Amino acid sequence: MINGTERILVCCGTGCIANGALGVADAIQKELDARGLADDVKLDVSVVRTGCSGECEQGPIVRFMPRDLMYYRVKANDAAAIVDSLEGEPVQKLLFKKDGQTYEHMDDNPFYALQHKVVLKDVGVIDPLDINEYIARGGYEGLKKALTMTPDEIITEVEKSGLRGKGGAGFPTGRKWRTAAGYDVFPKYIVCNGDEGDPGAFMDGSTMEGSPHAVIEGMIIGALAIGAEEGVLYIRDEYALARDHIQRAIDAAYEAGILGDSIMGSDHKLDLSIVRGGGAFVCGESTALMASIEGRVGEPRAKYIRSVQRGLFDHPTVLNNVESLASIPTILRDGGEAYAQVGTERSKGTKVFAMVGKVKHTGLVEVPMGTTLRTLIYDIGGGIIDDRPFKAIQTGGPSGGCIPEELLDLPVDFDTLVEYGAMMGSGGMIVMDDRSCMVEVARYYVDFLCEESCGKCTPCREGLRQMRAILTDICEGRGKHGDIELLERIGRTMQDASLCALGRTAPNPVMTTIKFFRDEYEAHIERKECPAGVCAKLTQFAIDPEACTGCTMCSRACPAGAISGGRKETHVIDPHLCIACGSCREACRFNAVLTERRPA
Amino acid sequence: MTEIDQASKIGEIIEAYPADQRFALAALQDMQHAFNFIPEEGLAALAEYLGCPQAQLYSMATFYKALSLTPKGEHIIKICNGTACHLRGAMNLATELKRDLGIEPGQTTEDGAFSVELVNCLGSCALAPVMVVDGNYHNKLRVEQIPGIIESYAEGVTDHD
Repeated sequence: MINGTERILVCCGTGCIANGALGVADAIQKELDARGLADDVKLDVSVVRTGCSGECEQGPIVRFMPRDLMYYRVKANDAAAIVDSLEGEPVQKLLFKKDGQTYEHMDDNPFYALQHKVVLKDVGVIDPLDINEYIARGGYEGLKKALTMTPDEIITEVEKSGLRGKGGAGFPTGRKWRTAAGYDVFPKYIVCNGDEGDPGAFMDGSTMEGSPHAVIEGMIIGALAIGAEEGVLYIRDEYALARDHIQRAIDAAYEAGILGDSIMGSDHKLDLSIVRGGGAFVCGESTALMASIEGRVGEPRAKYIRSVQRGLFDHPTVLNNVESLASIPTILRDGGEAYAQVGTERSKGTKVFAMVGKVKHTGLVEVPMGTTLRTLIYDIGGGIIDDRPFKAIQTGGPSGGCIPEELLDLPVDFDTLVEYGAMMGSGGMIVMDDRSCMVEVARYYVDFLCEESCGKCTPCREGLRQMRAILTDICEGRGKHGDIELLERIGRTMQDASLCALGRTAPNPVMTTIKFFRDEYEAHIERKECPAGVCAKLTQFAIDPEACTGCTMCSRACPAGAISGGRKETHVIDPHLCIACGSCREACRFNAVLTERRPA
Repeated sequence: MTEIDQASKIGEIIEAYPADQRFALAALQDMQHAFNFIPEEGLAALAEYLGCPQAQLYSMATFYKALSLTPKGEHIIKICNGTACHLRGAMNLATELKRDLGIEPGQTTEDGAFSVELVNCLGSCALAPVMVVDGNYHNKLRVEQIPGIIESYAEGVTDHD
């Protein structure tokens, strides 16, 4: 049953909560109570705290259903106006506006209009903590159907859907299940990988927060298919809210007889529990993750024997990513063929992306496989902040690569980007403009991986350290001829010789930036210049007296107190005090802060 | 917390789990949560309970970032250095904190009031750069806002909504 015929949906995803959404929800509830509307049978209105509705940049977001009115950037003191509009005119100032046009409904907003939601269909629509709301929207129908099928029939349905592992590797889910089902060794395990560690990615976290029952239903169906009676969700330490919602959903499922000794009254059983990650990126790797669940240090092992044969506690184990599992209920309910209608020849269905960085509308989006990067960035994302020139989009996190402008019309799926030396990855997309230095970006990822490499195998451990040293030299003006070639040699060795996927893909950010932005490396090395004006040791800042309006924004932003000049006076930067952090350039609205090469 | 209190709390945490290696990480996390670090006595007691070498637990305590062998400060400041925050100036926040508190990420102030940590993506990329103090998010943060925020925590003001 859905609560209320008039529903006020308040987005309470991590992003909106950080923006004060809980206060907004409370204020609206108080306003309803004060007016005696909370118990009004005729109006039957309820405030629903939902998962992430996607457009985090514009949060907190409040939506009226069934009228489909969408309010953005709502504050607690807007509550009275919002409640007024329940039966009246929409609150104009809270509606989305773009190019002089006002959008009342969610689907009119271009950010949402081009999306196609399967995994996220209930996220932002239902109260994730209320199992009945999930059931009212067709939840656990897929499981009901699966209980009437044989394991072989379930797996065949998943194979028909063409579903591939959405954690980034793209391994066919049906084939993985079939292999695991084929072993007659018990107990078997089904494990959900919720250790989403790529910086800039929050797809799985939002899915677990906003639709926890979809993940659980997917796991139950998977368990039926392979014959597992125990399952574990490994969830990242940083995702407190996701863990809380999954735990409460598990409790509700037990109470409803969906988990436990008799799944929906059948003679199948399944127990699910959560293991909280320890804060190690490498634990997203399958064998490291299983080592961590077993209560050991999360180091990967060589995969001569696959996890489907001998995984957790040396027993057959299927490990699926959150998004893959959350796709399963729809596949079972509507059939594999229906799911395969969307997408490309070899990549079926949809993919969720977290689009962040220098793009206007950052947030969570789900689109059909094969959508182009240009559509994602410009049509859905609204283009680059301040309409600055686009430079690159980084996909796939530390395992992925940087893609330049000329490849923006490529369809995004599992295979196409790989042909160009990049990858779709798990779904993190970071948009960069002309003020992002590609050498520094490569150094950032290598630095991240240096900290996160478990240190077990030499190519990854030492290769990353040497890469970091060379990249730091280049960024600080000590780069020398031959450094680029040396980076490429180290990278190839790591790709060939590392033990696990972390090490094998670790050079990708370096290799792709060299491939597509070699001129930036050369500028740093040959001319000791950072074209983006980011590397502090190579850059100095100055104010263009023609463009400066004396608004004082830059001097207020300067942490070093290096900028002088009163209101309506031309400002001046003292180069001796300047720490070249770039805060003034970010603050200036008139493009008056210039960068130039710092003399040696 | 007295030594006796600590010992009884450690016992309480450990015995909440069956004596099985697979619960080692969970027990260590509970200790971290209870004491803000993992006391040596905690490692010893858990090793005895699980019947495993203490070195094995020590290796876990040093491997996992969520665990710490040294006490953390009263207020924990996390600067998100995920890619989106990094691009929008997370490192400048760290520089400013060093100016204000005199400590680098990973350190704790001498009076034990603040710890600064540079952490991986917190999943609030749309609001970058993000700094989290004692669980309260400070979004789209500008360097010049930091001194005021630090002061409010130093003075014990806890309402940051």
